[in-house]
Amino acid sequence: MTAVTKAAPLIEAQDVRVTFDIRREGDMPWTKPRQLHAVAGVDFSLNAGETLGIVGESGSGKSTLARALIQMLPASGKVIWQGQTDLLALTQHEMLTYRSAIQMVFQDPLASLNPRMTVGQIIAEPLKTHHPGLPKSEVKARVQLMMDRVGLLPNQVNRYPHEFSGGQCQRIGIARALIVEPKLLICDEPVSALDVSIQAQVINLLARLQIELGIAMIFIAHDLSVVKHVSDRVMVMYLGRVMEDAPKRALFANPQHPYTQALLSAVPIPDPVAERAKVMIPLDGDLPSPMAPPSGCVFRTRCFRAAARCASEVPLLTGGVACHYPGLLQQVG
Amino acid sequence: MAMLDVNNLSVSFATNDGTVNAVNGVSFTLDRGETLGIVGESGSGKSQLAFSILGLLAKNGTARGSVKFDGTELIGAPLSVMNAMRSNRIAMVFQDPMTSLNPYMRVSDQMMETLIHHKGMGKAAASAECIRMLDAVKIPDAKGRIRLFPHEFSGGMRQRVMIAMSLLCKPDLLIADEPTTALDVTVQAQIMRLLADLQRDFGMATILITHDLGVIAGFCREVVVLYGGQVMEQAPVEPFFAAPTHPYSRGLLHAIPRVDQEGEELNSIPGSPPNMTRAQKGCPFQPRCDYAVEVCKTYLPPLAEFSPGRKRACNRPVEAVI
Repeated sequence: MTAVTKAAPLIEAQDVRVTFDIRREGDMPWTKPRQLHAVAGVDFSLNAGETLGIVGESGSGKSTLARALIQMLPASGKVIWQGQTDLLALTQHEMLTYRSAIQMVFQDPLASLNPRMTVGQIIAEPLKTHHPGLPKSEVKARVQLMMDRVGLLPNQVNRYPHEFSGGQCQRIGIARALIVEPKLLICDEPVSALDVSIQAQVINLLARLQIELGIAMIFIAHDLSVVKHVSDRVMVMYLGRVMEDAPKRALFANPQHPYTQALLSAVPIPDPVAERAKVMIPLDGDLPSPMAPPSGCVFRTRCFRAAARCASEVPLLTGGVACHYPGLLQQVG
Repeated sequence: MAMLDVNNLSVSFATNDGTVNAVNGVSFTLDRGETLGIVGESGSGKSQLAFSILGLLAKNGTARGSVKFDGTELIGAPLSVMNAMRSNRIAMVFQDPMTSLNPYMRVSDQMMETLIHHKGMGKAAASAECIRMLDAVKIPDAKGRIRLFPHEFSGGMRQRVMIAMSLLCKPDLLIADEPTTALDVTVQAQIMRLLADLQRDFGMATILITHDLGVIAGFCREVVVLYGGQVMEQAPVEPFFAAPTHPYSRGLLHAIPRVDQEGEELNSIPGSPPNMTRAQKGCPFQPRCDYAVEVCKTYLPPLAEFSPGRKRACNRPVEAVI
């Protein structure tokens, strides 16, 4: 990368691939393992302070992609941080300096907290790791401040995770991620384990903190309405590939990719009049096996617009959509 | 007379931490061929309500009150009566199709069991009927796949098997407990459409238990809102979604981000659901309610009809809440 001219994106993924070796039962030790391409060439970029929503069904590779970005999984390709450093080329030791800039919030609020540590210890741990010289009083003050920010009471500092409800545990997870003042927060299904009324609390909290702290966010969820609510831009994934990547308004108002259209039409609307009037695009069958993805466009086996070309040619992501026949629903009929 | 008449049903569990009152005096009726949605968050008692109808409570659970199905009392009924009802007249679809199917049995064997037991069919006839039912739930190549084991099906296909199995005896009432919660949204849409088609074709009454108001809006004619084991509001879906009259229903509906609308801040409900181990006095929603007044702490009025078909349990008048 040459000198930073215009503001480089905060993080830019170029052709990121994650491949797992799969051994079947009964395979000999010398048999070549089969390969599962969980993430098969993903490009995106994210500016500082922006939120990118990633949606897709189970098996679409959205969580794998998030983990690959921060070397929690071996990946190939490039992940350029602030226009300068390729995170995937760093050693684990070199990566350490970047870990405080990229933090993660996980799906299962209770399982992602150490049951033997108190809330205070959990939230302080990243701070102690990344700023070992910090005096104890300062650590304590920052933990208190952060607990206040996420809506935990000061007297809860010595309690253990099991004493909290799911929503409160997720607040602890958020406090732990934010205490080192990251530039990027990766949220992997942060609200899908929570009840509706609690989910709204956590979403509002994340949205508020993002504005207050000016952090960028990658928000992964299978729930399109949640993603729509928090994101500036939305990326739709299917079988490890990006199908569509567009600003939120455009994507939800005028989806171009047939998969996005089908996905959107499947979301139930809490309004009987709208729900019964809506045109549903049925997707028949199941997700194909990622071990043997269809040739050409991976979505073609379930696509209502598929033609001969789709089987032979892989559509490239151009203009934010990876489809040979993109277009609004009405135009195609 | 209504087909199902649930009257003042309560469910409690004896645990080491004391008695947990999961369901507290729930009443509703359901007519033949009707669809009722029961919505509530975790701990609202919605699943235990369903289990108690079929006598499927855990050993430490007790149900009190009355559940009459076509005039037969089900609470405290002997096992022979319950077994004649289960699957035969009242069938259930569970949330997780993997753990509710027997992993050691071929799909064909576990399906045929129902017909052989309840209808006294021979193996050949039962097998043919099972294949016909798998076809009806749109499992491709039903004849070839009926001999497979549950793990050889995908999540959506497994739920189809569950639904097919529950419909074998053409029940009068189907209870579906979060049938699509474990599934992806496109598969959820397939399953809900299938259930709606089957409900129409077979004409069975259906109770759909879910936390997702969107699913209820598409499927049900009537909705019951549960909170802390009590019914907060009951209404036909159209007026309910247009203008819910209970503070909790309003909060719940406004807390959902919507895919078809632009929204700024979600209207979250402060606090968290009640701890059911403590004995409740007054309205269970009172600590989280914006409209609560002093009397709510000690007294919850019974569910009362305030306009035809619409009921609510709240101390505040409708005008104060809307």
